[in-house]
Amino acid sequence: MTQPPPASAPVPATEPEIVIRVRDVVVGFGEKLVLKGLDLDVRRGEVLGFVGGSGTGKSVLTRAILGLTPKRKGVIEVFGLDIDLLPVFERKALERRWGVLFQQGALFSGLTVLQNIQLPMREHLRISQELMNELAMLKLDLVGLKHDAAGKFPSELSGGMIKRAALARALALDPEILFLDEPTSGLDPIGAAEFDQLIATLQKTLGLTVYMVTHDLDSLYSICDRIAALADGKIVATGTIEELLASDHPWLRAYFHGQRARQLAPPAR
Amino acid sequence: MSGETSPAGTRVLLAGLWTLENGAGMEAAAGDIERMGAKSGGGAILIDLAGVTALDTAGAWLIDRARERLTRAGAKVEVRWAAERQAILLDQAHYRSFESAPPRAGSPLVNWLAEIGETLMSAGRDLVAGVSFLGEIVAAMLRAFSRPSRLRPTSITYHVENFAFRALPIIALINFLVGCIVAQQGIFQLSRFGAAAFAVDLIGILVLRELAVLLSSIMVAGRTGSAITAELGSMKMREEIDALRVMGLDPMEVLVLPRLIALLISLPLLTFIADISALFGGLLVGWGYGGISPEIFLARLQNAIGLNTFLVGLIKAPFMALVIGVIACLEGFRVQGSAESLGRQVTASVVKAIFMVIVVDGLFAMFFAAIKY
Repeated sequence: MTQPPPASAPVPATEPEIVIRVRDVVVGFGEKLVLKGLDLDVRRGEVLGFVGGSGTGKSVLTRAILGLTPKRKGVIEVFGLDIDLLPVFERKALERRWGVLFQQGALFSGLTVLQNIQLPMREHLRISQELMNELAMLKLDLVGLKHDAAGKFPSELSGGMIKRAALARALALDPEILFLDEPTSGLDPIGAAEFDQLIATLQKTLGLTVYMVTHDLDSLYSICDRIAALADGKIVATGTIEELLASDHPWLRAYFHGQRARQLAPPAR
Repeated sequence: MSGETSPAGTRVLLAGLWTLENGAGMEAAAGDIERMGAKSGGGAILIDLAGVTALDTAGAWLIDRARERLTRAGAKVEVRWAAERQAILLDQAHYRSFESAPPRAGSPLVNWLAEIGETLMSAGRDLVAGVSFLGEIVAAMLRAFSRPSRLRPTSITYHVENFAFRALPIIALINFLVGCIVAQQGIFQLSRFGAAAFAVDLIGILVLRELAVLLSSIMVAGRTGSAITAELGSMKMREEIDALRVMGLDPMEVLVLPRLIALLISLPLLTFIADISALFGGLLVGWGYGGISPEIFLARLQNAIGLNTFLVGLIKAPFMALVIGVIACLEGFRVQGSAESLGRQVTASVVKAIFMVIVVDGLFAMFFAAIKY
């Protein structure tokens, strides 16, 4: 098996490195095809916003990249490695390089916040308990949670705190890619804006690549470098927000020029 | 990692991976920095990051922690030659102390006694809650009977199908098997006294008075009680019960009564089936193993039991149904927001229902002995 060059190989400055490459992916359930030959690139160090109507398969693609949903056809490469061809051990190593924030947080309800954050460390690393405690608290600090949240159980947290704690867990192993599934859904506008800023800050300081499924127009405007739009099982447009605003695809027009979007759109230039 | 000491101070050169992948090595290296610094005896210490190829928050934390500890020990520490991104990381992951909450004090003996007290109190509260819930049910039942149209016959029928009809095979099977076992043991033990034929009396009385109703109740507590608790609990979890309330519907009347009435109908029916299948099991074993022909078995059975033997078992069934239904609904309504609590309440429902079924059976045994029925 010929391996593609490792992800850390130097790349020309002009050509941004592609960390996730999705080619011609088909996913279906029964008779129904959800993704029909979809292509997508995510570049290193960018925040990619992934939009699409409800039920168009945004989560399906995310789950396919993460290997949670089987695909019928196509190739998905992460860090240049085809995820289907990886031996189990390398696959595990790959999974340590990404962190996932699920929509509902998916914190383990039987563990405290601190234990939740420490779980991936405990399973994958051989470091002392003291360092594990310190690192977990550091992550809590980074995501803006108070120290007394550490000993709480997920059922004792508010929606915003759950998202933050889940983000801290996603960051536990210092991943290179962060997958966010509707990170601001269920948060009030102020909390959502704070969360956007938090993601932007972390992305800059930790040098993360962020793949974000979202419905939140505010997030798209404020923190996304590029946006990919999914409709009819394919990516219908990718580009900066300006490029997508200029697109004349009917769904995109409805999305970006609808009632709610108009209030957010920057004044005409 | 290497270090060099000169009169001007100590220079610590860090190199390689300072990431979690190299967790253990990194931690050891951080310890080395501190030791090296401590040896230098209070001089200036320079931590040189030029050789570090990769750094993450964990590495940055360890380096900054070492710096902080050496500074506290009185050394002058400087971290130099960090790349731009590394400097940001060092700043983000700068050392801070996390004072941990003091562990809960208290001697084990006191804790143990407190736990016993808590358990007793909660058992007492359970009893009170059960009685008050029963009162609510009776009140709801009276309201419903005053307007029979509100009894929801469709819902009751649906639940009877679920609780009784679908439970038929398993109830019939286990009672058949227990009938077989009792017959085999009875014949085997009694034949030593030459009284194998009395096994028929044993089977008839034991099965009709106790075993059939007890086994059916335990089976229903496990099968139906848990289902009721889970169903009501998940409705409570998703605020469906609150939704009923704000629509002006009484959850007691809509959810609890139909289930309870269905249980009151189902358990006596199941008990009757259980009686028959256990006796049938006894008959088969008596025939095949004890050589008691069906004609003799039936003739002896007629002599051994009266109508009262049969009724004693059957009278208990509605009471068992009430106990199971009240406990299952009560535990269902106690479910809090999390799925974990749902699991806990379902377990509690089954355990309490089986326990109470046995207690009630004991009370009935004393009662029937007292009235010599």
